[in-house]
Amino acid sequence: MSATKALLLLIPLAPLFGALLAGLFGRAIGRTGAHLATILGVATALGAALVVANMVFAQGFRYNENLYTWLSIGTLQLNVGFLIDPLTATMMVVVTFVSLMVHIYTIGYMHEDPGYQRFFSYIALFTFAMLMLVMSNNFLQLFFGWEAVGLVSYLLIGFWFTRPTAVYANMKAFLVNRVGDFGFLLGIGMVLAYTGSLDYTTVFGFAQGLGGSMVTLIPGHAWSLMTVICILLFIGAMGKSAQMPLHVWLPDSMEGPTPISALIHAATMVTAGIFMVSRMSPLFEMSATARSVVLVIGATTALFMAFLGIIQYDIKRVVAYSTLSQLGYMTVALGVSAYPVAIFHLATHAFFKALLFLGAGSVIHAMHHEQDMRHMGGLRKHLPITYWTAVVGSLALAGIPPFAGFYSKDLIIEAVQASHAAGSEYALFAVMAGVFITAFYSFRMLFMTFHGDERMDHHTREHLHESPWVITLPLVLLAIPSLLSGLMGVQPLVFGDYFGSAIVLGPDSPVLELRKEWEGVLHFTLHGMTALPFFLALSGIALSAWMYLLRPDVPAAIKARMGGIYTLLDNKYYFDRFNEVVFAGGAQVLGGGLFRIGDQTIIDGGLVNGSAALVARGAGLIRRLQTGFLYNYAFMMIFGVFALLTIWLFKA
Amino acid sequence: MTTTPFLSLSIWLPIVAGLLVLIFGSGAQRAGTARWLALAGAVAGFLVTLPLYSGFAPASSAMQFSEFSPWIPALHINYHLGIDGISLWFVLLNSVFTPIVVVAAWEVIEDRPAQYLAAFLIMSGLINGVFAALDAILFYVFFEAMLIPMFIIIGIWGGPRRVYAALKFFLYTLLGSLLMLAAFIYLYLKAGSNFEIQAFHALQLPLQAQILIFIAMFMSFAVKVPMWPVHTWLPDAHVEAPTGGSVVLAAITLKIGAYGFLRFNLPIAPDAAHYLAPVMIALSLVAVVYIGLVALVQTDMKKLVAYSSISHMGFVTLGFFVFNPIGIEGGLLQMISHGFVSGAMFLCIGVLYDRMHSRNIADYGGVANTMPKFAAFFMLFAMANAGLPGTSGFIGEFLVTLGSLQANFWYAFLAATTLIFGAAYTLWMYKRVVFGEIANDHVRALLDINAREFALLAILAAAVLGMGIYPKPFTDPMHASVNKLIQQTTLKKI
Repeated sequence: MSATKALLLLIPLAPLFGALLAGLFGRAIGRTGAHLATILGVATALGAALVVANMVFAQGFRYNENLYTWLSIGTLQLNVGFLIDPLTATMMVVVTFVSLMVHIYTIGYMHEDPGYQRFFSYIALFTFAMLMLVMSNNFLQLFFGWEAVGLVSYLLIGFWFTRPTAVYANMKAFLVNRVGDFGFLLGIGMVLAYTGSLDYTTVFGFAQGLGGSMVTLIPGHAWSLMTVICILLFIGAMGKSAQMPLHVWLPDSMEGPTPISALIHAATMVTAGIFMVSRMSPLFEMSATARSVVLVIGATTALFMAFLGIIQYDIKRVVAYSTLSQLGYMTVALGVSAYPVAIFHLATHAFFKALLFLGAGSVIHAMHHEQDMRHMGGLRKHLPITYWTAVVGSLALAGIPPFAGFYSKDLIIEAVQASHAAGSEYALFAVMAGVFITAFYSFRMLFMTFHGDERMDHHTREHLHESPWVITLPLVLLAIPSLLSGLMGVQPLVFGDYFGSAIVLGPDSPVLELRKEWEGVLHFTLHGMTALPFFLALSGIALSAWMYLLRPDVPAAIKARMGGIYTLLDNKYYFDRFNEVVFAGGAQVLGGGLFRIGDQTIIDGGLVNGSAALVARGAGLIRRLQTGFLYNYAFMMIFGVFALLTIWLFKA
Repeated sequence: MTTTPFLSLSIWLPIVAGLLVLIFGSGAQRAGTARWLALAGAVAGFLVTLPLYSGFAPASSAMQFSEFSPWIPALHINYHLGIDGISLWFVLLNSVFTPIVVVAAWEVIEDRPAQYLAAFLIMSGLINGVFAALDAILFYVFFEAMLIPMFIIIGIWGGPRRVYAALKFFLYTLLGSLLMLAAFIYLYLKAGSNFEIQAFHALQLPLQAQILIFIAMFMSFAVKVPMWPVHTWLPDAHVEAPTGGSVVLAAITLKIGAYGFLRFNLPIAPDAAHYLAPVMIALSLVAVVYIGLVALVQTDMKKLVAYSSISHMGFVTLGFFVFNPIGIEGGLLQMISHGFVSGAMFLCIGVLYDRMHSRNIADYGGVANTMPKFAAFFMLFAMANAGLPGTSGFIGEFLVTLGSLQANFWYAFLAATTLIFGAAYTLWMYKRVVFGEIANDHVRALLDINAREFALLAILAAAVLGMGIYPKPFTDPMHASVNKLIQQTTLKKI
């Protein structure tokens, strides 16, 4: 084995090893052993990922090789292998860095939990799965990682498995993701059927020739093959990246412990869909129709999920809805062919969203597991580090320069502006309006939690204290990239040749146009401060300050005035209700009907027992010959068959 | 060719061991003798099948380890054995499961353990005979004879409605078997007084005759698989059968029907198979979707897993009747995997049943609190049942979906719904049984799995994961035989 291969293998296997050690021998190695094993594993992975990233960016290193053949049938070869290019390298670094922060944080956050070792095992296993997903060089392994992160997410949401809400949420998350996987699997099947391979390189090579191919799924309707494939694949992305209407699982996933909300439901797993579509850019660039579908769904998610963030009182749910909305922004970027911008926002968002979630966790920790912001307030004095890092995170989320979110979000808006894709006008409105709402709810959260009156009960106030260093250190370490990653990343990621051939940009991509106008970071920042989104963000913050700092009576008045809209938002547009009644309820009614009418009445009642009754009547006559032992009957039958056979054959 | 008759050993060693258990182990005081003797026989029976894998020539599509001697010369019936890359797996799978069911019964079966264990050993030998027989009558004898121990197991050690269940099974099987025999006799006459299955393969037959033969054999094999709508015996049989009976029923005997399609229907009546393929595919898809929905509403754990078995076997027949290598090998892998997974699921339910004497989902809740090790194993098998990648349950479903998509997008569309239904019924059951607060005092009093149960589940867990992570060793010996089969099915016989 070459040294390179060993280095690459180390990246996913080190966390896996830690996970196995903590999971299988948790009792033997104890709590310290479990967190040391997994943290060392993930730290090793981060170190190796940094080395590889350095090789990729400094030396132009590329790697595309199979590790072993998983299965081969005829000409079909299914392999497990790695593809290392700038896209993979970026994802590896983001995943392992955020994961390491979450691991360290967990020492403090979960220290009283009896499932300590199990938790570490799960989050390290998750890191392994996510790394296999991003490092894959083929669709099969992608699907492996895809489902594996779904599994670990299931295990983690249901980590506190005695809570009914948690085990309901984890099943819901798994099933909704499975609906996405259903489309994804069919997409993979179509890819195989038309290209004969599941290898990225081979498939992308083939795809060039399939641009004009049509496919007839319903007689009389011919569709572009690439459109069908891309939409099917995107359905998978809608599940993982929680795009409407498959977004319903993500808010409920907040039932899991907070560290995993940061790791899985903000920074990594939910970005799998965004990553996948970027990886598939050679395919998506061949179907403008599919991209418009992506664009419209992303824009709808970005705007309508942001609305829901306004009315939440649970601190984690505010962050969760902001995640949904931000994932919508990334999807919008994909829809206008601005893949590098999507990945850029994915990366900056991973840092500041992990920061916000971990900050929320620090608050919850200090508040003795109180999550309702109505019982918080004035925490600024008690939790200074948490407060200041949360300010950084909120500014980044709201898109205020020079924080990271400003650069990535502004570029998405500019890309939509420059795009001529069908649906881009709608998308532009959605992302613009979203900026205002995002700024509003992120500062609403900040003000309700850290400013104003102290609304907690006396006992809680007595015990308020800043979290231990294992919690605050990751906050500080995440605040740094939340401030700087946009400023530093924008030039190379979007305007340099950072991704090289890893991402294909069609001739219509607005990124090409933006590149022409690029005049440096400083100019971009200053220009951004005179543009509409910046003022929208500022007014969102101002409105929020007015409502929650100066006039705390206003929100209640608005709520009373706007009862209808509030009810609609409070019920999350009735998606959950609809799914419960129509899909979950419908499946049970259908299943029950098929069971009672099909199986029990027609097949068993009519055919089986009907003929049995017939036999029984006949058998009544010769009953005395019967012994009542079933094996006698069977033996008699064979004997009889032989006898008949013999007679018949000798006659012939 | 080897001179050691490994196939005969794999058939007769367990049968002789079973007889020895009956002779030396009967009686209340000698239960220990019976158990150890049965274990020794089962392990020896497994060991003699190992050379079948190690000595198998994967590049050859010919029958290997052949044994031939005249049996009833007057009727040209021969004792002819041999395996190819298809039957190899089922002999191995069956032989793996014999020690497992023996150990699973260890302290659990207190009523006449010698007879119980002997029945399993004898059945194991007979089932190996089914998979190894190359003479139609020899096949038929094993095919029918293996039912006898199963009847006895359900009829004596079964639940309260065991007689109903056994009778239902019997009625279902009876008609099909006789029609199959009639088909054999027709083919015997056509082949010039010859019961050789491979001679049947070479016969040129008009389409009309092929269709009749196909239907006659279908009646027999479809019941075994079981395919919709002749499936209703299976849930009843499972519910009444003791744990070991359910394990063998699900893991092994269901495979006989699907194997029959590959060994008889496809190569003997290929034109009829193509002609009737739309019907077969429709029945398979009904099994996947309809049965998936029916499984969702079951309140009895065993019934739920039984229905899930039918749904999973729908993938097998779907894969076979799209006639491409991905579909057929996918179907075969699904059979092997289903053996491990459904066997493990029934063992898990058995573990719970032994402690609580209930299969009712509503009687459980919060088992993870008192049985964490068990909950972890059960989780793994539940996920495998839901077709999670990395477990064996994924491969078959994945390949069959890909294979059927090459035939028609909508086949794959309907088949892929199992991603949702399979996860829904399995995880919903898991949630209600394992998660939550401790539901009642019975659950509170549960003891986690002991070393014996741990070992059983660990072996199956290793198989499920091993196959999921590296399935290539399973498919490599299949290719030549499957390619030959596909050649036979594309050849026009009319």
